[in-house]
Amino acid sequence: MIGEWLDIGWLDEIPLRGSRVIEVADGDDIAVFRTGDGKVFALRDRCPHKHGRLSQGIVHGGAVACPLHNWRISLSSGEALGEDQGCTPTVPVRIDAGRVLIQRAAMLAAAA
Amino acid sequence: MLIFGQAFASGGGQADPKAAVAALSDDAEICGCNGVSKGQVLACIEKGACSLDAVRDTCKASASCGSCTGLVENLLALALGEEVQAGPRTMCRCTSFGHGDVRREIVAQAMRSIPEVMQKLHWSTPDGCSSCRPALNYYLLCALPGEYVDDQQSRFVNERMHANIQKDGTYSVVPRMWGGLTNPRELRAIADVVEKFNAPMVKVTGGQRLDIFGIRKEDLPAVWADLGAAGMVSGHAYGKALRTVKTCVGSEWCRFGTQDSTGLGVKIEQATWGSWMPHKFKIAVSGCPRNCAEATIKDFGVVCVDSGYELHVGGNGGIKVRVTDLLCRVATEEEAIEHCAAFIQLYREEAWYLERTAPWIERVGLAYVQSRLLGDAQERAALAARFLHSQKFCQDDPWAKRAAGAEREHHAPMAIFTPMEIPA
Repeated sequence: MIGEWLDIGWLDEIPLRGSRVIEVADGDDIAVFRTGDGKVFALRDRCPHKHGRLSQGIVHGGAVACPLHNWRISLSSGEALGEDQGCTPTVPVRIDAGRVLIQRAAMLAAAA
Repeated sequence: MLIFGQAFASGGGQADPKAAVAALSDDAEICGCNGVSKGQVLACIEKGACSLDAVRDTCKASASCGSCTGLVENLLALALGEEVQAGPRTMCRCTSFGHGDVRREIVAQAMRSIPEVMQKLHWSTPDGCSSCRPALNYYLLCALPGEYVDDQQSRFVNERMHANIQKDGTYSVVPRMWGGLTNPRELRAIADVVEKFNAPMVKVTGGQRLDIFGIRKEDLPAVWADLGAAGMVSGHAYGKALRTVKTCVGSEWCRFGTQDSTGLGVKIEQATWGSWMPHKFKIAVSGCPRNCAEATIKDFGVVCVDSGYELHVGGNGGIKVRVTDLLCRVATEEEAIEHCAAFIQLYREEAWYLERTAPWIERVGLAYVQSRLLGDAQERAALAARFLHSQKFCQDDPWAKRAAGAEREHHAPMAIFTPMEIPA
């Protein structure tokens, strides 16, 4: 598991327009999202507003709606969309031969 | 002025509602959910918010429960006069169609999936939003019982997780107690779950159930397995669905009871549980006109009388209290249950998503509902039959399936990472 990129599983383990979480010991979960057009993003699993679990929200377009108060968070930037202000840390992810890889150092920083 | 108080502006009785909001002081609270004052709403209108949506987006007034929407609309009218952007009420910002149009077209064109609806009705977004997707999922589910495959990703979290999300990200769990009745076995199972999973709180709900708080999403299937072993199923406290049938003790014990209200409540709950609705749906059965089960503020309420059963519809005890309308009186339990099923199906087929029975009845009129349910016994029977048909596909405990291991992806993490020190 040591290295710049960590292999976290198969792409199709993440539902389309859905998400899964990575539990990080002594830190926040990281939410890994898969959008309707097949892109994958990772963010700290916390809304910048009241810390709602973004992984439990409805994914639409390139955003997720937080389940607590319906803030829309951009999956690519982590920024709140519309009139709301706030940002959730993002983590670089890439897909290699159907496997999802996540950048280790950025994930630890986002989970801390 | 003080005699009337500021609440006067939101109540009825004032001839000119604009004058009433005009009379409020700037620090008067307009939105009680989000704590937004009249002055803050006006400031946001002055900065350019010239529609209800824009006010909701910017200062959040009327953006939560919506009960102050009328006040905000009056403030918009007061501040902007003719410049208020009213526009047609669309389902959401993804479409120019309203709920009624979309429901009609889904049936008329025999549409079968969310992408098909979005394509045929020219949705402006690739896969909708968190408002329209749950609505479309419900409309298709209602139109195609047993055929439509529920889209889990278009369900709000509570309906996807079969539990109620709380502010700390844990869930609360409410097992079904038919008609509000329980027994030592169920109570022991609930007590054991509370201890085993360290649930920090257990609470009696308004609908005569027990609510177990603080359950982690990973633990939900194990909690459901333990409750299921004692014979309990999902209480659907999380859904736009039949919630509870609340009862009083009735003729079996109560010296005033005229009919077996608990028995009828259990029968009604067994007939209606599991059904998906446009919004949550609450039922109560009271054994006499003292109405201890508060049936006259429920979506469907039965008040037993010596000669039979009074059936009441369209009540609400929440945001805006509304007393039910009397639908009719019937002589037998069988008739009461048939009218209940037919009423539910009419509501399921014709109300808009997230429209409770109270505003629905105010929109379509009690006379219309009565004409559909009471005018022709065959039409009523057909509505009830359609409800019972759709129930064949719904009365399948979602907790039991997940306790047995289905849909693990909703509960289990994809990966668990414990960072190690990297040697230098």
